Amino acid sequence: MSEVPEGLKYTSSHEWVRAESDGTVTVGITDHAQELLGDLVFVELPEVGRGVGSGEECGVVESVKAASDVYSPLAGEITAANEALTDAPELVNQSPFADGWLFRLRPADAAALDKLLDAKAYQAQLDDEA
Amino acid sequence: MLIFDQSSPGRRATSQAPSAVAAVDDIPAAFLRSEPPGLPEVSELQAVRHYTRLSQKNFSIDTHFYPLGSCTMKYNPRAANRFALLPEFLARHPEAPESHSQGFMACAFELQEMLRAVTGMAAVSLAPMAGAQGEFAGVAMIRAYHDARGDTARAEMLVPDAAHGTNPASAVMCGYKVREIPTDEQGDVDLEALRAAVGPQTAGIMLTNPSTLGVFERRITEIARIVHEAGGLLYYDGANLNAILGKVRPGDMGFDVIHLNLHKTFATPHGGGGPGAGPVGVSRRLEPYLPIPMVAREDDEYRWLDEDDRPESIGRMGAFAGNAGVILRAWVYARLIGRGGMTRVADFATLNANYLQARLREAGFELAFPERRATHEFIVTLKREARAFGVSAMDFAKRLLDYGHHAPTTYFPLLVPECLLIEPTESESREALDAFVEALVRIRAEAESQPDLVKGAPYTLPVRRLDDVRAARDLDLAWKPGTGDA
Repeated sequence: MSEVPEGLKYTSSHEWVRAESDGTVTVGITDHAQELLGDLVFVELPEVGRGVGSGEECGVVESVKAASDVYSPLAGEITAANEALTDAPELVNQSPFADGWLFRLRPADAAALDKLLDAKAYQAQLDDEA
Repeated sequence: MLIFDQSSPGRRATSQAPSAVAAVDDIPAAFLRSEPPGLPEVSELQAVRHYTRLSQKNFSIDTHFYPLGSCTMKYNPRAANRFALLPEFLARHPEAPESHSQGFMACAFELQEMLRAVTGMAAVSLAPMAGAQGEFAGVAMIRAYHDARGDTARAEMLVPDAAHGTNPASAVMCGYKVREIPTDEQGDVDLEALRAAVGPQTAGIMLTNPSTLGVFERRITEIARIVHEAGGLLYYDGANLNAILGKVRPGDMGFDVIHLNLHKTFATPHGGGGPGAGPVGVSRRLEPYLPIPMVAREDDEYRWLDEDDRPESIGRMGAFAGNAGVILRAWVYARLIGRGGMTRVADFATLNANYLQARLREAGFELAFPERRATHEFIVTLKREARAFGVSAMDFAKRLLDYGHHAPTTYFPLLVPECLLIEPTESESREALDAFVEALVRIRAEAESQPDLVKGAPYTLPVRRLDDVRAARDLDLAWKPGTGDA
C-alpha cells in the first residue's frame, strides 16, 4: 500500500504539492508513482526562472522500465530545482515526499492550489485504479 | 572474460596478420597514428574459441521459441542468407558503375515493386537503414509536403498513447510538438479525443495498425477521414504489418506514408541491434520527397535515381543505398514465399496468436482485452498473480528462460499493468505453442507454492539477474587499456 500523506495536495497525474511559508510550493511525484516506475535512473528538471502553465510538461523521470513526463500542477515560475537528483535519482524512490522533491515554483494564482486533489480524493483515485 | 583481457603482448594469428607493412605515402602526417591501435593480441584458436563460446550464450530464434511481442522474431530462412552471400553480391563495390551492378539493382527494384504492391502505396524507397530511420524519413516527408505548400503552421504530430516510443521521438526529431491521443477501453483510438485534437495545427497522426495492444484499429477509415479533413497526413508504423500482410493494405486504409521493418516482416536477421532496414512507401502526393537513391527500370536497364531525378527529395539516409545485405535477404524471402505466401504469413501469424490466447485464457490467465480477437499478438496481464503471490511479470519472464523459452515483451505497452505482450509468429508449430502454455502454467503453480524460486530465476543461464539499474546509472561501454575493467 503506497503512502498518501495528509496535508499535501495531489494531481491525477501523480504529482504532490506542498505549500511553503514563503508563498512558493514544492512539487514531487507520489510514492505510488515511484513504485509504479521502479528504480529511477535519470531525472530531468525544469530550469529555474522558467514560466510554466498548469499541466505543462516540465520534467522527465526515467526508470529502467519507462520514461514519464512530469507536469506542473500549477501555473507559475520555477524558483528551485532539486539538483541532488542529478547524481542521485534514487532519492525519489527512497524518499518521494522529502529528499526526493523535484522543484519549487511560485504560483501565479495562490488560490489555484485549493483546486487540486486532497489526500482523500487522491487515495480514492488510487483505489479506483487498483 | 573480454577478449582484451586474454591479450598477451606480441601474440598474433600469424595466418591472418599482414606480413609486410603497407607503404603509406598519401595520408598527411597529422592523420597518421604514432602508436599501433590497442587491439587484443591473441592466437587464432583463442579468437575462435572466444567467439564460439559467445555465440553459445545466445538465446536466439535458432535455438529457442522467441515470442517477443511487437518484434516479430520469425525464422530467418537459410536460403535467404545463402543467396545474399553469393560472391557476386558480396564483392560488388557500392561505387561500382551501374553496368556492373545490374543484378543487385534488379533485386532492389523488384523488392521496391513487391513492397509497393503488398502495401498499396504509390512508390517505395529502400534507403532507410533501420525502422527508426524509416520513421524519421516518413515524418520528414510529411514536413516537406506541408512546407512545399507553404502550410507551415502545422506544428503538431498526433500520437496515440499506445504507440511505440520511437513515434514521438521521430516527430520531435523532425521539429514537431507531440500531442498524445488516449485509447478507449476496447483498445481503439478515442475518436472524441481525436476530433477535439485535430485542427489547422495538425501535421499528421502516427498510427500502428494493428496497434501495440494487439488489436486491429477498427475505425481506421473514420480516423483517416478526420485527420485528412483537418489537412493532416496519416503515417503507418509498419511494426505490426505481419498481422495483415497480403490481407489488408495500408494504402487502402488511407495512409499517406508507411515504413516497413524488413527485419520483422520480411524475415531478415534482427542481429545484435542491426543492421535492419526500414523502407518507406508513400501515396502519390508524397512521391517527390522519397529518400534517395532509388532504383528505376528503363527498357531493360536499371539505374539509380539521385538528386537530379528527385530534386525535392528529403535526401540521403546514408552513404550508399541502404543496407544491401538486408535488402537482398528480404528479396529472397519475398521471392520464396510469393504473393500467396504473404497472405499465409498473416493467416498463420494470427492463427498462432489466437490459439495461444485461447489456450492461456482456458488455463486461467487474464487477457487485457478479453472481448477482442488477437491480431498477431496479444496481452496477458499478471496483475492478479502479482497481487496474490507477490510475483511480478518480470519474475515470470525470467523464469520462462529456465524453461527454455525467450520471454515475451514485458511492461510494454505501458497502459496495461504487469503485462506480457506475446507474439508467437507464423514460424512456430502447435507443439511449441503448447509447451509455452505448459511452462506458464507451471510457473504460476511455482509462484503460488514457492514464490522465492520464481523471484530468484533464472538459474540455468550463463548469468543470473543483471543489475539493470546500475547498468543504466553507471554506463560503461568502452574497454580501457590497463583498467582491467569489464
